Amino acid sequence: MRRQLPLAVFIALLAAGPLLLPEFSITLLNYIGLYAIVAVGLVLLTGVGGLTSFGQAAFVGIGAYTTAWMTTAHGVSPWLTLSIGLVVTAAVALFLGFITLRMGGHYLPLGTIAWGISLYFLFGNVEFLGGHTGITGIPPVSLFGWEMKSGRDFYYLIWLVVLLAILALRNLLDSREGRAIRALKGGAVMAEAMGINTPRAKIVIFLIAALLASISGWLYAHLQRFVNPTPFSLTQGIEYLFMAVVGGIGHVWGAVLGAGLITVLKQWLQDWLPQILGQSGNFEIIVFGVAVVLILQKARDGLWPVILRLLPAPSRQRAVPQAPALDRRPAPPAGTLLLEANGVTKRFGGLVANNNMSLTVRAGEVMALIGPNGAGKSTMFNCISAVDPASEGKIAFLGASTASLAARDIASRGMSRTFQHVRLLGQMSVLENVAIGAHLRGSRGALAAALRLDRAEEQRLLAEAARQIERVGLAEHMFDAAGSLALGQQRIVEIARALCSDPCLLLLDEPAAGLRYREKQALAELLRRLRGEGMGILLVEHDMDFVMGLADRVVVMEFGEKIAEGAPEAVQRDPKVLEAYLGGVE
Amino acid sequence: MDLQILLLLGQDGVTNGAIYALLALALVLVFAVTRVIFIPQGEFVAYGALTLAALQAGKVPGTVWLLLALGTTVALLDGVRLLREGRFRKLPPLLIFNVGIPLLCAGGLFVVPPTQLPLWAQVAVSMLLVVPLGPMIYRVAYQPLASASVLVLLIVSVAVHLALIGLGLLFFGAEGSRTPAFTEISFELAGAPLQGQTILVIVASALLIIGLYFFFERTLYGKALRATAMNRTGARLMGIPPALAGQLCFTLAAAIGAFSGILIAPITTIYYDSGFLIGLKGFVGAIIGGLASYPVAALGAALVGLLESYSSFYASAFKEVIVFTLIIPVLLWRSLTTKHVEEEE
Repeated sequence: MRRQLPLAVFIALLAAGPLLLPEFSITLLNYIGLYAIVAVGLVLLTGVGGLTSFGQAAFVGIGAYTTAWMTTAHGVSPWLTLSIGLVVTAAVALFLGFITLRMGGHYLPLGTIAWGISLYFLFGNVEFLGGHTGITGIPPVSLFGWEMKSGRDFYYLIWLVVLLAILALRNLLDSREGRAIRALKGGAVMAEAMGINTPRAKIVIFLIAALLASISGWLYAHLQRFVNPTPFSLTQGIEYLFMAVVGGIGHVWGAVLGAGLITVLKQWLQDWLPQILGQSGNFEIIVFGVAVVLILQKARDGLWPVILRLLPAPSRQRAVPQAPALDRRPAPPAGTLLLEANGVTKRFGGLVANNNMSLTVRAGEVMALIGPNGAGKSTMFNCISAVDPASEGKIAFLGASTASLAARDIASRGMSRTFQHVRLLGQMSVLENVAIGAHLRGSRGALAAALRLDRAEEQRLLAEAARQIERVGLAEHMFDAAGSLALGQQRIVEIARALCSDPCLLLLDEPAAGLRYREKQALAELLRRLRGEGMGILLVEHDMDFVMGLADRVVVMEFGEKIAEGAPEAVQRDPKVLEAYLGGVE
Repeated sequence: MDLQILLLLGQDGVTNGAIYALLALALVLVFAVTRVIFIPQGEFVAYGALTLAALQAGKVPGTVWLLLALGTTVALLDGVRLLREGRFRKLPPLLIFNVGIPLLCAGGLFVVPPTQLPLWAQVAVSMLLVVPLGPMIYRVAYQPLASASVLVLLIVSVAVHLALIGLGLLFFGAEGSRTPAFTEISFELAGAPLQGQTILVIVASALLIIGLYFFFERTLYGKALRATAMNRTGARLMGIPPALAGQLCFTLAAAIGAFSGILIAPITTIYYDSGFLIGLKGFVGAIIGGLASYPVAALGAALVGLLESYSSFYASAFKEVIVFTLIIPVLLWRSLTTKHVEEEE
């Protein structure tokens, strides 16, 4: 309960605000609230999802102008224009998102700058929107006959929205969809291999951020009762991002802190700077610019983490989630042909990494793929799991060709994998990391998560993750940050994550690397048990004792080609294999 | 629209396009070498033009103070480090470049009234005042974050851009300036007047582009920059310091920006914040080139110039909307044709 105390004090202070504070402070707090709503959206988009937008002010503008025009020109009720504004914003955001989110890195922020400018000039030049003078006479919002005409009346509405937005966002992040969103930062390859539709996850957070901005715009229009293009310019869009960065881009409360800090600082600087400098103008941007550069250089996570250290530490969740087991897919009987690769060739430009490779894996067997470094084993893995599709050849999984499938489609059919270079989200707990693997076994989306309608399913997903963690023997690390584990243990976490998706074929890329002797024995024991349950396992490994003691069949690769195949004992005596590993006898 | 107007607009478009092309080249260069999306590029255009205008009006341009302040900061930052490491021989060049030359410029401006200088000397002084800001800004703002992600560097760029805009307002005021034309010569082309200044801009841009080509193909430093652009780690292992590469390309970008500003100052009125839109149009050109190809970027920029010019005739109020909406089909096309390579954190 001590953890909730600062929040309770904050809400009590907020509630008491209008009774104690002068008009000027209320106005300031209203603006802080409006900005915080937009900044909270940016925390989700940029801080959590890793996508940057300078164009949020344009979405605020869409919300504000939609209601301004419809209420003044057509007398539509403000409550109706709120939803119309949201629909318009969603349509624009979906269109812009579809164009820019497909691209990596810097194209999205550049695109946001461009549309930020376009929409600003559009607002200023379209006649029915009042041009640069804007629209006046917007009616106040009324609720059951109560007209919110003054800032004091509006205060509660604004801060209610802020708190609801924060609550919804925190709920969302602590859910199946939330884990998918947080996985975006760990790279699309891992997320896709776990069955997450990453383009869709990006669109979802982009849409949420845009809708929050639109709500802020609607509130702004009815608070101010007047709109013109200025507050929706690119400069304001940049300022929103600054608020989130200064406050702490990874923390929802950082958005409120940043909005408050920048708004108050701006007010103060606008009073003082012109007096100091002897001319008038928006000189506060000099201070903001320098401050943001300094914050990024000295404290990249913003100011909220600094405050967080003063608050009581969060009590770590310790209770192991309990819930009925999830449904399992029907397991193919032992001996069924799971995977059949035929004549697979992979070229990188002129380099042939795999040449005419063929192999099969059956249910209930361990197939090992071995070979010297650079033989093309990981490339073969990437071809099979469709992370990087083959140039030529046929790969069939459960009898169906995988040629036109994305990695996430293959994952949904029951193939799961680990990575040679561990791909975990270091900040998240082991439990949450493993639960990402269960993504395809749940179905509740963002809205259900925000409203907490997903708890039953969520509990089952987490319980499944906990079971897999216990199965691989890492129960005592369940609530530790994944990044704090030793590298060998992190590989085991990856196996638990893969198992969490209930696969019938498991692809393991060097699972024993970095493990100690006892841990290797435990891993071998686990793999034998999985084989006994009828799972097919394709294994890339360098530790020959480990491979030879475990594998039913072995394929040996060198220079991208298969040089031998057969039972472990036969392969060990093969002269070509001996030559590849030990060098030829001249 | 008759032929005369068509030619006149075309002239306008090509002139602006030439400037955008120069800026696009600088942007591609900076991005390729340092991964910085150099939003403040436009401010160098405005600073170059307004510094020249201030000199011609007999005022001491505010850029002097910025140069002194930034130079001192750099000298302090690097000086302390050099002293600690005992590398005393590196101190004199550091001090001369960052403190000595700015002081000399400032002193010179108070001793010799700039209005008495010939035009070429005014241009030279303007360049001397503005160009060193490039490497100094790199040192102070970007170098400590050189290994950060593209997005962090982009936010830094936007912050630097805002700070420079604010300072521009402080230095030059809210009024715009236009400098007298470099040449009064005028020709006639198919009944439309062809200004000497227009030809000058195009010729100067072309010369600069050719000069850059030789710099990158023939000189050691140019090759070092190309090597860094291709493979940062590899270049570093070959003994090219990333900081040097960064400062070098920021110097080039600042020089290109300031020079572009000086070239267009007689054609359009430049305000303290005009640079941003000019720079962004260079950007649209650079994005058409995918931030990677120099010739395509230059062509894209020329296209932007022409499009802007003709749309200003048909729908002048929507000129900016049309130009910046152009980026959307371009992005769509690029997003459908480029294979996206994942950037590791």
